[in-house]
Amino acid sequence: MESTAGTFKENAKQALADAKLRDALAKLSDGFPVKRRDAVARLPEFDDLCDQATAIKEHVLENLGFYLEAFEARVTEAGGTVHWCRSAAEARTTILRICKQAGAKTVTKSKSMISEEIAINEHLETHDVEPVETDLGEYIIQLRHEPPSHIIAPAIHLTKDQIADTFREKHSHLDAARNLEEPETLLEEARGELRRKFIAADVGLTGANMLVAETGSIVLVTNEGNADLTYSLPKTHIAIASLEKIVPTLEDATTILRVLARSATGQDMSVYTTFCTGPKRAQDLDGPEDFHVVLLDNGRTKMLGTEFHDMLRCIRCGACLNHCPIYKAVGGHAYGWVYSGPMGAVLIPNLIGLDEAHHLPNASTLCGKCEEVCPMRIPLPRMLRSWRKKQFEQEKTSFVSRTALKAWAALARRPWLYRLAVAAPIAVLALLGREKGRFRWLPLGGGWTSLRDMPAPEGGTFISRWHKERQP
Amino acid sequence: MSDARTDILAAVKAATPGTDDEARQRLADHRAGVIPARGRLGDKARVDLFIREAERVNATVARASSMAGVPREVARFLAKNNLPMNLKIAPDISGKTIPWTEQTLLSVEEGRADGSETAGVSRAFAGVAETGTLVLLSGPGNPTTLSFLPPTHVVVVAASEIAGDYEQIWGRLRAENADEESEAGARFMPRNVNWITGPSRTADIEQTLLLGAHGPQRLHIVIVDE
Repeated sequence: MESTAGTFKENAKQALADAKLRDALAKLSDGFPVKRRDAVARLPEFDDLCDQATAIKEHVLENLGFYLEAFEARVTEAGGTVHWCRSAAEARTTILRICKQAGAKTVTKSKSMISEEIAINEHLETHDVEPVETDLGEYIIQLRHEPPSHIIAPAIHLTKDQIADTFREKHSHLDAARNLEEPETLLEEARGELRRKFIAADVGLTGANMLVAETGSIVLVTNEGNADLTYSLPKTHIAIASLEKIVPTLEDATTILRVLARSATGQDMSVYTTFCTGPKRAQDLDGPEDFHVVLLDNGRTKMLGTEFHDMLRCIRCGACLNHCPIYKAVGGHAYGWVYSGPMGAVLIPNLIGLDEAHHLPNASTLCGKCEEVCPMRIPLPRMLRSWRKKQFEQEKTSFVSRTALKAWAALARRPWLYRLAVAAPIAVLALLGREKGRFRWLPLGGGWTSLRDMPAPEGGTFISRWHKERQP
Repeated sequence: MSDARTDILAAVKAATPGTDDEARQRLADHRAGVIPARGRLGDKARVDLFIREAERVNATVARASSMAGVPREVARFLAKNNLPMNLKIAPDISGKTIPWTEQTLLSVEEGRADGSETAGVSRAFAGVAETGTLVLLSGPGNPTTLSFLPPTHVVVVAASEIAGDYEQIWGRLRAENADEESEAGARFMPRNVNWITGPSRTADIEQTLLLGAHGPQRLHIVIVDE
């Protein structure tokens, strides 16, 4: 998709002024994080499982070539086909070719971030194939021509009134008097529409949460069951996945599944976890006759062995988004590309370049909550700092901030100068503010005082108090 | 232009230190990781945990003393919920295994689902007490569509098939479904292994939990004690 990451600051300002978005995002804090905490509390082994899940993916990345070839061999044995694609463009071409060979008019889709990454919907549409998103959230944003704002809850930025308005506009062939006031009636409306699409579809396009090298299986995780209707009704099933989604064995997949849903939605296990292996067997009464796996690189191999290597362990649970103070303030669209939150701020510059995404690594308070809740132990704050360091080294930060940082570094390296530079203004401010105890305005301090008063300093610097109070 | 497969594998192998031996051994061993202690229970307590966990995720559970008692439990469930007495059943649990005709109110048909059914009945391969999860295998006798198209899904599982954890199910599947002709040893997987934990749901609208998003609104589990 087209990036707007370059205008993050403007995007964020707009988001902060959007009252409906704030209403929608306000519900996030009491939702996923609370449920995650409860689910983790119910499983004493959770931390051990996270350590193991981390070790599994680390081992895979060290042996990625072997596992990719093993996976391909098993898929082929089972009667499926693996398509290797270096870039988004190659993946789009491959998927369109398979759709055309299948004579497809309609393609049902279950939620896949990789499909957003390669912008497959636009490509299919321009070649007369209709893509239909079937995850409820994705369906809603497809009708609105919006990108997802959260990796597991794509329509989290919308209120039910906005969704009702969208349905009224787009489902215009239906009775105008129908009730669309409650989430229940909205779901019923979407379910009815999508049932027809599921049954009419010629190709089902899914993502994959994991690829199992041992068996050549793809793993699909949903709560709605839409992935299962997507692959089981059409004649052709295409699964698209980036190549770091590999795990060695079914047991390894199981370990990761035990931390995935708990970290994502706070469920012990998502409702539907499916292992698909090859096309339908000859005697089966249902299932696809053709099975394709599109394996996408799109920048992943370039991350191997770099300071961003650990990011390839990500299982896209969304926990870092749900706990991020910046994400919860501005929502996902402000980040301007497919991913968002801390994982997006690390990944996006890797995939579309630091020039376009230069604001994103700075859209963080580095509070560390993301790393704390990450089940794959990804050091997100360290990687955000790596990007900042690169920006400084490549002179991509502004002249003012570079000069300020250099001045600060000069002070910090000379303690006597630092003490003087701090003590003098404190003494002056303490003197000026001794009556009211606060300032309503300060020169150079407008950013602070426009919203709140600045308290007047009392009792000198920390170091002077330390010296005074340490005396017996 | 060289082909994508060669390029990707070359880039991957240049950047990764692994020797294949360790990885090959790992695939052969398929060793289990940490298994939560909560499923490790005696027979009765394990089935009780399965029921508690399944009910926690909005499934309903009934017990029958034998396969012969299943039709009565299913009819009772349908009547209680005011649902039509029509069933589409998996061939694996046809009249040969379960005497459906003894419940004269039930109208029973065998086969896959096409979207017109009101209730589907499947046979589970196993249950997992850890999370109240059912494990279903696709096959000629157990079509996948029965689990997802009808608004009501009934699943029959034997108490003796309820394990403590998922790893035991992989072990059973490898042992029971092994294909001796396959060198790769991976042919024990059917087209679909479906883990089902409660009825379909979504929270995509304002994070409000709603049941029956695309899959079934109701999941009813009949445990057969035998």
